[in-house]
Amino acid sequence: MMADQIQFFFEVLIGGLLSGVMYSLVALGFVLIYKTSGVLNFAQGSMVLFAALTFVQLREKGLPFAVAFLITLILMAVLGITVERTVMRPLLNRSPIVLFLATLGLSYIIEAGAQLIWGTQVHALDLGISDTPIQVGPVSISQFDISAALISGTLVAALVFFFQRTRTGLTFRAVADDPFAALAVGLRLSRIWALVWITAGLIALVAGLLWGARLGVQFSLSLIVLKAFPVLVLGGFDSILGTIVGGLIIGATEKLAEVFVGPLFGGGIETWFAYVVALVFLLIRPTGLFGQKVVERV
Amino acid sequence: MTSLSTVRQQVLAGIDSHLVRRLAGPLLILLAAYGIVPLVADQYVIESLLLPFLSLSLAAVGLNLLTGSAGQLSLGTAAFMAVGAYGAYNVVLRLPWVPMLLAFVLGGIAAAAIGIVFGLPSLRLRGFYLAVSTLAAQFFVQWVFTKFSWFSNDNTSGVITAPQLRAFGLVFSEPTARYLFCLTVVMLLGLAAERLLATTTGKHFIAIRDNELAARIIGVPVLKTKITAFALSSFIIGVAGALWAFAYIRTVEPHGFNLDRSFQILFIIIIGGLGSIRGSFLGAAFIVVLPLVLSRLGSAIFGGIFDSGVVEMCQRMIIGVLIILFLILEPDGLAAVGRRLGPTLRRLLWRQ
Repeated sequence: MMADQIQFFFEVLIGGLLSGVMYSLVALGFVLIYKTSGVLNFAQGSMVLFAALTFVQLREKGLPFAVAFLITLILMAVLGITVERTVMRPLLNRSPIVLFLATLGLSYIIEAGAQLIWGTQVHALDLGISDTPIQVGPVSISQFDISAALISGTLVAALVFFFQRTRTGLTFRAVADDPFAALAVGLRLSRIWALVWITAGLIALVAGLLWGARLGVQFSLSLIVLKAFPVLVLGGFDSILGTIVGGLIIGATEKLAEVFVGPLFGGGIETWFAYVVALVFLLIRPTGLFGQKVVERV
Repeated sequence: MTSLSTVRQQVLAGIDSHLVRRLAGPLLILLAAYGIVPLVADQYVIESLLLPFLSLSLAAVGLNLLTGSAGQLSLGTAAFMAVGAYGAYNVVLRLPWVPMLLAFVLGGIAAAAIGIVFGLPSLRLRGFYLAVSTLAAQFFVQWVFTKFSWFSNDNTSGVITAPQLRAFGLVFSEPTARYLFCLTVVMLLGLAAERLLATTTGKHFIAIRDNELAARIIGVPVLKTKITAFALSSFIIGVAGALWAFAYIRTVEPHGFNLDRSFQILFIIIIGGLGSIRGSFLGAAFIVVLPLVLSRLGSAIFGGIFDSGVVEMCQRMIIGVLIILFLILEPDGLAAVGRRLGPTLRRLLWRQ
């Protein structure tokens, strides 16, 4: 009996950790843009929806996986560049709140636009990853979850490598550190920002595919931004490492709470539990796990 | 002697005409709102335009105090409306001897209390970290009212049906009566908010918005001011929620106070003008009328080709575009447009 419970506990815990990696993936899109341009991009969720809807429609038109992926990626790049040109550039040097509100407007446009173009039906998305549970010792784990976590992990690792080890990554970091200094040494801000938005588009696409395969491609996909916020708060808005650790913590506590605490209140606590975890944590560490402590000057 | 009296007369005349000019606009609006509107507006206009307009305006006034004036971004406005509505409902239900107006005030106080709880993190958190805390309020409150049927008198899906509006021994059941009731409450609270901004507390709000550290250094009690902003703003939003439930839709479900509603009120203050009480009203009018105009326009141009889903998507897109355009081109919103047009209009009127 006791052993059963421990086994169940670990199954829930591992399931939570794995879905936590997928939360990290969504949060990563935010961090990327926030780090380099100080914009908290609420439209990230609608970009996930747009990417997933586009991909699934292209697949349903009979295109092979790679072609559909490439076309969607190109569309995301066009979207990113357009956003940079038409929304972000005119709002240069405005307050963070204004920039956030602009992305809120943007999310309405992308969300409604995606559904206008592709319709509002729910589409099933099959990535060819089987979902049969595999046994690791006594604990059974969803194969899909493992694959999704692996894909997310690879992408995160690639991004960290890109940021730390490549020249473009270095310019990204320079812009994140001090846009004016970056400008002064001759970096082209607008080009870098466009690149950042394109990268965020790529992340949105991968997140859209994984989440779409799990939940079905539909409007509610854009609501996963709301899952990413607590992760961001926990990890710090500007830390890639933080989103991963934050994602794991949120994923695990959320699943555990849902299974072991939720029934006490009649369930449904997953809508807010992650937020409370993040808030309590914040009261102890106001800049998150790995967020930068900003010294302000008057 | 004569010269002195002429001067005196001129000065008095000056004050007189200045006062008249200053008060003419508001008085005309009041006259129109109380005198003309009830005579000309039919039931449809009142029920589907004026009542939502008034409740949303008041909610926007509340949010504008917090976000526009004190600079604290809130994404949980609808939650505070819900607390106001459910609070007032429960007071009326459980303490039948309490006058309804007092129930509204208590609903507002309940909202203020919840506002303070979720505003407490603002003592340590800034900017987006705080916004996330208000999102927590949004989801938590909605969950509470859906899950615990005690709040909705044991209705399993959390739906409440508000009793008839009563105050001073009168029953406000006709649309016109409910409109006048709403109008009075909104006018009084709007005026109070306007006055608040002229007080020291109001100045403190603005100081914190513009530069928190600088405000602290010149001696603004930052913590107290932030909590005050959360409390007053949530109180007004709570009363707006009570009006929404009692005077406007009357049968309310928790889902009616979802995140989209919070965003809607945020959009109202962006379009109307951040930090402007007058802007809250202009923005609310805009947001209430826009969908109607768009759907009329759409069916006039395209006929009935498109179904309601497509029309709704188009509306969302247009709202999104408008938000971005306003932020880029007219950051001070319709209130600034009004300020620019005001003098021109006045000159035209007074020249005759």
